[in-house]
Amino acid sequence: MPISLTNEMMRAVIMDHSSNPNNKHLPKGDGYEKIHMHSDNCIDDIDVYFKLDNDKVIDSCFEGVACTISLSSTDIMCDLIKGKSKKEALYMIEQYEHMMHEEPFDEDVLDEAIVFINTSKQAARIRCATIGWNAAKEVLKDRK
Amino acid sequence: MYNIDEVRKQFPMLNNKKMQGKPLVFLDNASTTFKPQRVIDKMNYYYTEINSNSHRGDYDLCYLVDNEVSKARELVANFVNADVNEVVFTAGDTEALNLIAYGYCLDNLKKDDVILLSLSEHASNVLPWYRICELTGAKVEFIELENGRVTVKTVRKAFEKQRNVKLVALAAVGNVLGYAIDVKGITKVVHEHNAIMVVDGAQSVPHQVTDFKDLDCDFLTFSGHKMCAPNGVGVLVGKKELLDKMSTFHLGGGMNVKFFPSGEYIPSEAPIKFEAGTLNIPAIMGLGEAVKFLHELGMENIHKHDEELFDYAIKELENCDDIVIYNKDSRNGIISFNRKGVFAQDEATLLNSKGIAVRSGQHCAKMIDEVIGAPATVRLSTYLYTTKEEIDAFVNEIKNGGDILDAYFFN
Repeated sequence: MPISLTNEMMRAVIMDHSSNPNNKHLPKGDGYEKIHMHSDNCIDDIDVYFKLDNDKVIDSCFEGVACTISLSSTDIMCDLIKGKSKKEALYMIEQYEHMMHEEPFDEDVLDEAIVFINTSKQAARIRCATIGWNAAKEVLKDRK
Repeated sequence: MYNIDEVRKQFPMLNNKKMQGKPLVFLDNASTTFKPQRVIDKMNYYYTEINSNSHRGDYDLCYLVDNEVSKARELVANFVNADVNEVVFTAGDTEALNLIAYGYCLDNLKKDDVILLSLSEHASNVLPWYRICELTGAKVEFIELENGRVTVKTVRKAFEKQRNVKLVALAAVGNVLGYAIDVKGITKVVHEHNAIMVVDGAQSVPHQVTDFKDLDCDFLTFSGHKMCAPNGVGVLVGKKELLDKMSTFHLGGGMNVKFFPSGEYIPSEAPIKFEAGTLNIPAIMGLGEAVKFLHELGMENIHKHDEELFDYAIKELENCDDIVIYNKDSRNGIISFNRKGVFAQDEATLLNSKGIAVRSGQHCAKMIDEVIGAPATVRLSTYLYTTKEEIDAFVNEIKNGGDILDAYFFN
């Protein structure tokens, strides 16, 4: 997804993922790892599920209560992480973190997640925009 | 009534500060408050002129510091109408409540004793009691609420249902809905049943006249930072006979008369026996100065100002169709609300983008959702320096509505 997206388009993507999240449901089947995430300064309290096969993320979904930014950013993370190898996923998460903190980042791998490029304007919400992504990082970090 | 423009001039944080490039409108005073220059100066005076320890020196600086601490204790005692030796300095309201829990309850509660609380209490007036229950086998029970409030009637009912109630701990004013309880009336009921009444005054002492002797409660706690005083200082006021009987929580220097190789020690008299280690002297001095400042403005005036702003804000907010207000009649400087269909945090972020500071969430009262039926609220809270113009700025933004994502895309 190119960075030349207009503000209106980015807003529409965020609202779409928060109003109709694709991945907000309990796992359909077995073999998922659950990471519980909650925030001290927001209502966010979610379980994020990952199904991994060796080096690859097969599926990801989440359930719980979250604000607009957490909902949409977690939903987009679930979309993007599916099918990625651990290395690809961690690289993507790293670039997302750089974007959050206004550091140079590789936009090519962020796809729709680029819509959160303005999060630093509301610094108190960076935690919300990264909560699902941090769950992914946690599940992947200890895997060989 | 005081001149609010003159008052505001005394606060550096009210001097043309901006947030998100907009004039700062600070409406999160139930969380913490700004400090007037004279309080900051008082702390600076300690650091720049008399920096030394209390109770610990034979030189002039220590004498001056001891005088300052004594003076602050007198000022606080007068402020809440308690005796000087009933005032214990703590690190804040939370430490004061923990001090009662560990100092009083650990020795005096046993298995199957009951502690009565309400579902709208702040974490600091819940978790210390949970811990005491873990340690003693006592249990916490909740007073049923009547329209979200604890009343004399609901407390009587709780006593009818529960035997062995040893302690009742309630906020004089709730930190989410701002409802005031009848402390005097409830204390009377509590004493009829030979139980101890603990009053969490964190949201009441900064906003209204407090008369410890008249209320007749056993313990009263509050924090400095919610009443124009520095952070890191609070107060436990306790009836002297209870403080005398109560165990110390922290032990160390400054709180003992003598100790021996045998393992015995003689603690100092209350309140000194509770103040182990080096005190937060500049904050205590700042608290004394803040209390003087509040006294000069008049607590009746401060409370009246809260009420006027509350009525004004409610009247304006009631015209907004999509706003749900949870406490239209509490009149204590706190308004909790939500915009229909919008998460509290998203609303608060939108307001932040307009320079308006409010709090969202459960405000540390994590059982409040059971009372109001909403997982979180936006909370506006005023103080003595809040103006009608600030309420107008807030109401205008509420009326403007706007997409919550404006916070990220229109700056």
